[in-house]
Amino acid sequence: MTATIEKQKVLEKQGDNKSSKQPKDIVYKTSELNLWYGEIQALKNIDLDIYEKEVTAIIGPSGCGKSTYIKTLNRMIELVPGVKTSGEIAYRGRNIFDKSYGVEELRTKVGMVFQKPNPFPKSIYENVAYGPKIHGIRAKKILDEIVEKSLRGAAIWDEVKDRLNQNAYGLSGGQQQRLCIARCLAIEPDVILMDEPTSALDPISTLKVEELVQELKEEFSIIIVTHNMQQAARISDKTAFFLNGEVVEFAETDKIFSTPSDKRTEDYITGRFG
Amino acid sequence: MAGRERFEYDLQELQKRLLEIGNFAEEALHKAIEALETQNIELALEIMDDDSKADLLYEEINDMAILLIAKQQPVAIDLRRIIVAIKIATDIERIADFAVNVAKSTIRIGSEPLIKPIEHIKKMHQISTEMLRMSLEAFNDEDITKAKKVADMDDQVDDLYGETIKELLQINLQKPEFLPQITQLSFVCRYLERAADHVTNISEHIFYLVKGRQYDLNN
Repeated sequence: MTATIEKQKVLEKQGDNKSSKQPKDIVYKTSELNLWYGEIQALKNIDLDIYEKEVTAIIGPSGCGKSTYIKTLNRMIELVPGVKTSGEIAYRGRNIFDKSYGVEELRTKVGMVFQKPNPFPKSIYENVAYGPKIHGIRAKKILDEIVEKSLRGAAIWDEVKDRLNQNAYGLSGGQQQRLCIARCLAIEPDVILMDEPTSALDPISTLKVEELVQELKEEFSIIIVTHNMQQAARISDKTAFFLNGEVVEFAETDKIFSTPSDKRTEDYITGRFG
Repeated sequence: MAGRERFEYDLQELQKRLLEIGNFAEEALHKAIEALETQNIELALEIMDDDSKADLLYEEINDMAILLIAKQQPVAIDLRRIIVAIKIATDIERIADFAVNVAKSTIRIGSEPLIKPIEHIKKMHQISTEMLRMSLEAFNDEDITKAKKVADMDDQVDDLYGETIKELLQINLQKPEFLPQITQLSFVCRYLERAADHVTNISEHIFYLVKGRQYDLNN
């Protein structure tokens, strides 16, 4: 009898936990975003809510604006001459286009991984320690800890722990990319932007990065641009389909790849154009 | 427009095989009822022999579907087209088995004169094969209106089944010596009623194909 009551209590508790599950916060809220390269409009009226601790995939044919969009999220797009924007992108509630918003402040919170691995021509250790050093961390012990934690987080520690002082260029492409992810983790970001992070990698390295993304979303919010639709289907929670600078459809990945609402999405994911 | 010509071609081939197995099942049922009516044992045996053709077609459809999934990695409606083709092939293969069952009943009845004309059975057969034909058209055209019509026709088969069984039970009371034949005729009715149910399943698969979710058309 007691056992039954205990069991009941446990069940109730579990039920409570379930019901008390908090809805996820929005990391990035994009509202009516327009972007022009000179006269050419690359993004048109984008409205997109990106939630924390999820993987959001952005897919679409070449020239659809997906890379432009992701580069707008950390204001890297400002490096392109002649870029104009209108509308708003709120990161954690604050408009990143505000004059008072320092770009360094934003990029401390938002890391980025690129298509081609781009380690610095330094040792593996220095690559990871670089960011924290810039942020004023000097103590060797703390740096050691950060380097190990970041390399572990990027699932590359076991492969490099015995050669931390060797040049990063000696690593394979897949290892270099995971090193870049580790470098990104070292500054303890909130969001990781990934611009086709596996398109230059072999299938095994791709798989490792994909598995890593799944692990990283426990702690970080990930936005990934990918040309590989199967990859988007495998690893993302939500998918946005971009076409000609517009968001045609944004929904749960399961929905996009099983029963998309828009005919253009269906045509794209089934390979009928693009 | 890049398109996926190879994939489209393979999908059409898969669709063709489905029509083939569908036509085969329809023909087999037709022959089975003819053999029953004319008490043609030779024809009944032929139906049993021919069934391996349905099995081969069924295997071929499965193999084609698996290869298409493995090599083309279809998603959304393309994936449903293939999954639905496998499901429809399974239902049709089952219908072909019912034709064999009817043939076996014909053999069991043998040369004993039929206790009554099999008009109701012929009517059930006529409706269920019409349903089968329409369902394959509906699949081909992805036409859910037609698929729904097919599912509705199942009620007629169910009604005929109820009436015929009742009638056979009454005959049994009057002529208990014909019990073995009455049992076989009841089985035949049941096979046809089940065949129509499988066609209703096909209609449900077509709804799933087009709408992307499950519908119960059996009620």
